[in-house]
Amino acid sequence: MRAFRTILAKDLRVELRTFESVPAMALFAVTAFVLFRFGLDREALEGSLAAGVLLVTVLFAAILAINRVFVAEREQGGFDAIRLAPVDGSALYAAKATALVVYLTALELVAVPAFALLFIDSWAGLAPLVPVLLLVNVGLAATGTLVSAIAVNSRARDLLAPLILLPLLVPVMIAAAGAAEQLLAAGGPSYEGLGRWVALLALYDVIFLLVGYAVYDFLLED
Amino acid sequence: MPPLTSLKALAIATPLAVGVGFALVFFFAPLDADQGFIQKIFYLHVPLAICALAGFVIAGVHAIRHLRSGDPVHDLRAYVSIHVSVIFGLAVLVTGAIWAKASWGKWWVWEEPTLVSFLIVFLLYCTYYPLRYAIDDRDRQSRYASVFAITAGAFVPLNFAAVRLSESLVHPRVLATAEGGMPPRMWLTFWICLAGIALLWVTLVRFEIAAKSASAKLARLRRALAGGAPVRPASRVAPLPSAGTGQAPEVA
Repeated sequence: MRAFRTILAKDLRVELRTFESVPAMALFAVTAFVLFRFGLDREALEGSLAAGVLLVTVLFAAILAINRVFVAEREQGGFDAIRLAPVDGSALYAAKATALVVYLTALELVAVPAFALLFIDSWAGLAPLVPVLLLVNVGLAATGTLVSAIAVNSRARDLLAPLILLPLLVPVMIAAAGAAEQLLAAGGPSYEGLGRWVALLALYDVIFLLVGYAVYDFLLED
Repeated sequence: MPPLTSLKALAIATPLAVGVGFALVFFFAPLDADQGFIQKIFYLHVPLAICALAGFVIAGVHAIRHLRSGDPVHDLRAYVSIHVSVIFGLAVLVTGAIWAKASWGKWWVWEEPTLVSFLIVFLLYCTYYPLRYAIDDRDRQSRYASVFAITAGAFVPLNFAAVRLSESLVHPRVLATAEGGMPPRMWLTFWICLAGIALLWVTLVRFEIAAKSASAKLARLRRALAGGAPVRPASRVAPLPSAGTGQAPEVA
């Protein structure tokens, strides 16, 4: 528990001092929205199109952060220090995943209002979108931390993380887009059948948190 | 290491079973009333898909055993299982596309959840190779590959559930309708084809393991003859099967 808190506090402090991940993600997201404006040639979005634009942007922005989760540890010897400490693999996993959830939430605090301002006419569906996005963040962090740890020790690390992540995140995309499509529908949000999407997201989060917890030790030992 | 006698028996049984299966497909199984002759691709497509998915699960089990025991044999088995299953997976996608073209007029049908799930799983397992070959250290390579195989194994059922949920289920489910009213002659043919393809999977896996073991042994002998000079290339080679410790094998 103490190791978890120490690593998490260290990561958040580093991010606050260097502003390496979150501002870049936010800038990426807003630029992507502008690209979608012209790529789709639409000035307002609703339903499945709005859900797709928002979630694909968040997902790609998340990959920017996921690629960087362990870069500092690797380049500045953090891994050796953690192994020497010695810190449990699961504590490291929990700390890194929590940090990623914080980054992603910070990103969405910028990206979702920007998205709403640029594209959405009726804002009624935004409040119920918050729990869905939180579940998405946990899912992205659970698989992202796992894949990032695999990729960072390989030769092609910037290439490998997105390559493995994108297929792994298809269920998150299916469930989140299904939920967001209903919440951002043209005639106001509809809640019918929303439960199954939320349940699927929660199931995904639980399964991959458990997998990460179980296998993380094997990614650390050397 | 699989004994070579059982490999020989397998190599005889497999073409026999596949041959009998296909003979039954063409001369014994009745023509499908709706789809006619093209329905016969079902006897190839579905067993291939079942074997490929079962192979991914088997690879996950081997990967768990590898991480628990540290024995590289299990890593070799996981690697070969995924390798053969990916090849089977490609065949599944091709036969599926042919079937879709013949019965629905399009090469790819997004409304068919099983096929779409299969594509996603296939894409995920294709990244196993770049992952493996991007890690130089052999011990770490096998550990990371096992972590991947376990993660992907957990992903397979979840993905099928997610894709199934995303469909409105208005599309006729081929196997489901078939399961309802498939005549016994079709069932018999299907089971024999499934057994044949499963035997094919096992034989290919055994062959590849035997080949890799033999070439590893050969490399070790060569090295011993050359006076202990290392001859093994850095990567691009499947895991060593019998080194026991995961380190480079000692010269005898």
